[in-house]
Amino acid sequence: MDAIFIQILNGLDKGAAYALIALGLTLVFGTLGIVNFAHGALFMLGAFCAVTFQKLVTISVKVRDEGVTAFVAYKEQPYLETWFGDTGRIIIDYSVPLSILLAIPFMLLVGYVMERGLIKHFYKRPHAEQILVTFGLAIVIQEIIKAYFGANPIPQPAPEILAGSANVGAWVGLGNNLVYPWWRLIYLCFSGLIIFSVFAFLQFTTYGMVVRAGMRDRETVGLLGINIERRFTIVFAIAAVVAGVAGVMYTPILPPDYHLGMDFLVLSFVVVVVGGMGSLGGAVLAGFLLGIVQSFASMNEVKEIFPGIDQIILYLVAVVILLVLPRGLMGRAGVMDD
Amino acid sequence: MTNTKKPLLNDAFVVIIFAAAILAMPIWLDPIGGNYPDLLQKFAIYGIFAIGFNILFGLTGYLSFGHAAFLGVGSYAAVWSFKLLTMNVLPAVVFGVLFAGILAAIIGFLSLRRTGIYFSILTLAFAQMSYNLAYSVLTPITNGETGLQLARSDPRILDSLFSDGSVGAGLPSTDLFGETMSGYPGFYFCAVLLIICFYISLRIFRSPFGLMLKGIKSNQNRMKYTGLNTRPYMLTAFIISGMYAGLAGSLLAVTDPLAGAERMQWTASGEVVLMTILGGAGTLVGPMLGAGLIKYFENIFSSFDDNVLTQAFSFLPDSVVEFVVPVVGLFVGSGWHLTLGLLFMIIVIFLPGGLVEGFRRIVNYFRSGGKTKPQSVEAHNQAGE
Amino acid sequence: MGDLVLHLENINKSFGGLSALSDVNLHVEEGTTHAIIGPNGAGKSTLLNVCIGRLKPDTGAVTFGGEVLTGKQPHEIAQLGVARVFQTPEIFQEMTLIENVMIPALSHRDGAFRLNAAELLSRQGELRDEAEHILEDVGLKDMMRTEAGSLSRGDKRRLELGMCLILRPRLLLLDEPTAGMARHDTNQTIELLKKIKSRGMTKVIIEHDMHVVFSLADKVSVLARGQIIAGGDPQSVREDPKVKEAYLGGAN
Ligand SMILES: Nc1ncnc2c1ncn2[C@@H]1O[C@H](COP(=O)(O)OP(=O)(O)OP(=O)(O)O)[C@@H](O)[C@H]1O
Ligand SMILES: [Mg+2]
Repeated sequence: MDAIFIQILNGLDKGAAYALIALGLTLVFGTLGIVNFAHGALFMLGAFCAVTFQKLVTISVKVRDEGVTAFVAYKEQPYLETWFGDTGRIIIDYSVPLSILLAIPFMLLVGYVMERGLIKHFYKRPHAEQILVTFGLAIVIQEIIKAYFGANPIPQPAPEILAGSANVGAWVGLGNNLVYPWWRLIYLCFSGLIIFSVFAFLQFTTYGMVVRAGMRDRETVGLLGINIERRFTIVFAIAAVVAGVAGVMYTPILPPDYHLGMDFLVLSFVVVVVGGMGSLGGAVLAGFLLGIVQSFASMNEVKEIFPGIDQIILYLVAVVILLVLPRGLMGRAGVMDD
Repeated sequence: MTNTKKPLLNDAFVVIIFAAAILAMPIWLDPIGGNYPDLLQKFAIYGIFAIGFNILFGLTGYLSFGHAAFLGVGSYAAVWSFKLLTMNVLPAVVFGVLFAGILAAIIGFLSLRRTGIYFSILTLAFAQMSYNLAYSVLTPITNGETGLQLARSDPRILDSLFSDGSVGAGLPSTDLFGETMSGYPGFYFCAVLLIICFYISLRIFRSPFGLMLKGIKSNQNRMKYTGLNTRPYMLTAFIISGMYAGLAGSLLAVTDPLAGAERMQWTASGEVVLMTILGGAGTLVGPMLGAGLIKYFENIFSSFDDNVLTQAFSFLPDSVVEFVVPVVGLFVGSGWHLTLGLLFMIIVIFLPGGLVEGFRRIVNYFRSGGKTKPQSVEAHNQAGE
Repeated sequence: MGDLVLHLENINKSFGGLSALSDVNLHVEEGTTHAIIGPNGAGKSTLLNVCIGRLKPDTGAVTFGGEVLTGKQPHEIAQLGVARVFQTPEIFQEMTLIENVMIPALSHRDGAFRLNAAELLSRQGELRDEAEHILEDVGLKDMMRTEAGSLSRGDKRRLELGMCLILRPRLLLLDEPTAGMARHDTNQTIELLKKIKSRGMTKVIIEHDMHVVFSLADKVSVLARGQIIAGGDPQSVREDPKVKEAYLGGAN
């Protein structure tokens, strides 16, 4: 029981990241009809927003180290600390969540520029060409990041009070040895919040209604005289922001490096396809499902029976689902049939 | 507008020119710094890979993102042939092609149940599975991260039957009946195979089979209602293209008897897509052109570093050099992939038909006295058709 | 007249809640031309889709020449000699006209699958002659090397007709073969269809243009809201009050 519970928890945080990336990917596909291979790069850009923000707030000055009295010693002190004292220290400590403030406008801008500058011209092009051009873009983005930040992963600490683990077992009455890192718990709630907001936005705003109608039948909505193009831009930007903030919050879990995006992209595509291209609910469901499945497959008990299963399980699930359910878990007929 | 296609050259001519150009590469690549045996071998090998990929993607429009798996299997099979049987390259090549063909038959049989992006994802998933397995449970066969290498203690059954048992110092090298397959002989071996592969691909393009594949790309529905069973045609194309990849993989092992799992990673699949698109998918010579260009620039560009650049720009004033070198440096050396990505985007955006399409436009432009406007973007013409 | 060859029995097909075909029964005599008319959205194209295996009927079966077509793959049905001209032409847009016709010619010769990779297209003289001949029949021979995508709508239809004819079908299904054509082109197509009438293949033709219907059809069935409401020879159908009502009702 304990083991199962902990595996589910372990699967959930990875699943949450998959779900968030897949959500944007499938939103863009469903509304714009674009297969965006650069979506993983957006996740990675988000993660590097956190890195940049942390670098910015820790720009330091040399100051006299008062702690050493025997001789004149110097230490590096961030300007923020010098100027604002404790407030500055808190800002630095909370740099990861705070960098969302940087990530949102930045990702909006990136999404806007990308859609207007590139994606827009590919609405009518074949999927193969969309894949290729966004694949090229993904390479470009990741190489630029590599040029500025180097090839090594850059660890980002979570805020200090969230550094430990939560005693989840005690909460649900499963004993004391069931612990789960606080930050992962936060990530779970955070992704729940984001997913909820995206769905609420689509469900309850007129804007979202038009977008949903567009997902179902783009031509009709176009015929109604609604400026669908402008909405497309915004949908794209929203997807970029979702991917970006997902990337920001993931940094304490996995130190980002330049090929983070590509690593997640392949899996996210698997997630999207398993969920059914263009199905938002399917993407979220498949994201969590695959996350959990993967964490179960990495249990030693399972690996003993099926050696190597943890390495291939996601792809295996994807293959089986695609072969058995041609449109994924929740895909609608008529999408991508030809 | 009538859009009449005229053959530029006839087929026999195309093959002869192609063969001559390939065999003479050591000569004409010399002045532009491309005349290293290693690099020449890569041209030929990746040319085969891309030409094979083009038989699938160019003719049928099915975009496989998993061809690296066949490349990898070809390499492993070849190295095992060196280890178990003989250092002669012929069996190695045969096994490489054979095993890749078998794997392609399995993956193709399953993946071809779906079309469009679902097909791409299925092939990708299979290739990633192969890659992950090669790194983990298949370590006894693949030797995991280290990669599969030759050892002095290898049995080499056939070789030991015929030799007197004297073992030379160091590792044996691959050979073709006594001729060592590294350096230029290695290149010529690959080049001959490349020319054969090119000829086969040309024949496929010109056969009813090829026409049927083009029909599937153009309108799969119509094909079905014409009474054609598209599945076996697709599967045959997939297997042929997988065998080309297996051949390329085994040749990688022939020229350097070592096989690693990274050859199967999806970036390697992406690379061959790139080569084919760059040159021109669906054209005969495009893929070779693309493969050559990418390998050439990879070699040239990635060898640049800041020192080389500083020297190259030394004619400029120092302050300018300080500015120019880091900027250019972004695009060369380890940043070469950035150039590649940009190049790739530019091609897909402005010239979806690839370089061959570009040449065709230029030729048309001059033929018509510089008056025509560019032809339709989705031309699927072949050079020398 | 001849025996009945094509039978549609108790065909039902619905899309979600919408019943596109309900309990359709249709029997077609060998060698005749059977027209199906009806207002927009009546289910005419759906009926043909069921015949060629593009759609599976919810209930009922289609038999042709003693073979049950329902449940067969589209290519198997086509191999039995059923060809179709679609409402929106299904042709190979990026290929030349001669290639467009060569492909069905090859599948007529080689069947559902044959590994013909070692042959050369340029050696298929006989087939090429046949293809050119068909193009001549449909009046497109001088444009043989043109890309099909650049044809006018009427020419595309004619090309598609040629692609079907080269299959030497026993049953030819035509979905509005003259829609979007000018009068002159329509008449030409009628002539062409009359010409192949004498070849003795069975034809089912969907048509809005009464001129075409009366020039060609031996029998007419009227489909409205997924049901056959009248049938018989053209003259009697024309005078049937139910038919007028269906058309006028459909217009409301
Ligand atoms: N694949 C499908 N999915 C859902 N509904 C469909 C589908 N095909 C047809 N329909 C619906 O079934 C009904 C009949 O369509 P059908 O195309 O057979 O009409 P039709 O008689 O050919 O009309 P037209 O004269 O306009 O060609 C229509 O209401 C149409 O919207
Ligand atoms: Mg219709």
